[in-house]
Amino acid sequence: MRRQTTVMKKNQEAGSFKALIFSGFFLILFLASTMPVLASGGHEEEGEKFNPSELINHHISDAHSWEITHGVVIHLPVIVYSEEHGLDVFSSSNFYNENHEVVPYKDYILEHEHIHMANGHHVFDISLTKNVLFLLINSVILLLVFFSVARGYKRNAGSAPRGIQSFFEPIILYVRDEIVKPNIGPKYERYLPFLLTLFFFIWFGNLLGLLPGAANLTGNIAVTLTLATIVLVITLFSGNKVYWSHIFDPLGPGMPWLAKIPLYIILWPIELIGILTKPFSLTIRLFANITAGHIIILSIISLTFIAQSIMVGIGATLFATVMNMLELFVAILQAYVFTLLASMYFGQAVEEHHH
Amino acid sequence: MVTPEIGLIIWQLIVFLVVFGILAGFVWKPIMGALKAREDQIEDALQAAENAKAEMEQIKSDNEYLLQEARAERDQMLKDASEVANQIKESAQNETAGIADKMIADAKATIEAEKKAALAEVKNLVAELSLDIAEKVIREKLSDDKSQKELIDKFLKEVKVN
Repeated sequence: MRRQTTVMKKNQEAGSFKALIFSGFFLILFLASTMPVLASGGHEEEGEKFNPSELINHHISDAHSWEITHGVVIHLPVIVYSEEHGLDVFSSSNFYNENHEVVPYKDYILEHEHIHMANGHHVFDISLTKNVLFLLINSVILLLVFFSVARGYKRNAGSAPRGIQSFFEPIILYVRDEIVKPNIGPKYERYLPFLLTLFFFIWFGNLLGLLPGAANLTGNIAVTLTLATIVLVITLFSGNKVYWSHIFDPLGPGMPWLAKIPLYIILWPIELIGILTKPFSLTIRLFANITAGHIIILSIISLTFIAQSIMVGIGATLFATVMNMLELFVAILQAYVFTLLASMYFGQAVEEHHH
Repeated sequence: MVTPEIGLIIWQLIVFLVVFGILAGFVWKPIMGALKAREDQIEDALQAAENAKAEMEQIKSDNEYLLQEARAERDQMLKDASEVANQIKESAQNETAGIADKMIADAKATIEAEKKAALAEVKNLVAELSLDIAEKVIREKLSDDKSQKELIDKFLKEVKVN
């Protein structure tokens, strides 16, 4: 018993040491995250007036090039399809001249990061944008991390988890035992791989978005809409008899159809809206939370350049640091909420009759 | 900002599904398997400990039972032994009593016989003495003729009567 407590104490000490390193690491990240803004701010001071809304919009929107920090730009490939030219692939650097001004290329015009034809025709833009790049980076990180975790299970089979494996095991177990299992019930194992992927994809994406220069991946409505739609599709496909009868025949067999039909003419559209509001709320919740966090942090930092005062700068930096810490929490909270709600929807779809 | 771009939706859909497929096949499956195996192992170990405890309890109670049985057997044996001893004692007593009775009876019979013999001897002795005395008396009495005659007569009379 006593030995155990001493071992625990040692572990705690090691843990707090690690936590110290971690917090130090994050502190550096926070400081670094202000750098591109500082740089751009410095630029603004020289010439035109500083425009915070333009800066913020630029940071949270998708783009065809990745501006790592001011002046360091990676031009990403543009992939467009149009009826006139078919599939066309070229570098987005073609849209910029020597003076970094946006110019038309061939028949394509880049306007506010949207590409359309010179004659006003619509093009189908499947470019490898900044968000797509970060989608790929996020996926690669996910795969690297979890392949390493899975390797840990193979290597330490039959013994205690070690290293990265022991960091992620409690989180995996939490997702399994506290989110998925209680909400879905006995059939939870079918949904667990998807929900674990969903949880870690969102969490890692949120964290990645907090990094300086990174894209606002999980704060992009297209990304959240896609995730929510996948959840909806899985929910609809796993809906059992009870689920559908609750939607299409909520009054039950005790009532004659003659009486039910007039009511159902009103109820069915409501139920249909009910089905669609769930993924809609998922989409908006994640998008709004993450984007709002980015906007708040950027706004606080922008205060410095609006006020042009060192004192405001110090205050804003401290406040932005606190906000960034909050965002670290929001990152996992939103991943939790999204996974929890998805589990609840799946749970409703597979729930057995119980009256 | 709130208009989802179709290009990103397509990328997101494809990449997410691919990542999900890879993770589901090569990561979650072995991890879940390993976790389940470990949980089962722990469960088994706990169950085994519980079983061992129950077995221990069983053995203990068995021992207790055996001990009790042994004790009962010993008690029974002691009881039997004392019973047998009692029986032997009793039968010995009975036998002794029989022998004593027989000896007493024998002694009595012997005494009776001796008594009878003694009595007979006494009788004979008395008879002899009587005869002697009678002889002496008669001899004295028959010294004169008269009285002799009288006696003879008396006897004769008696004999005649008979």
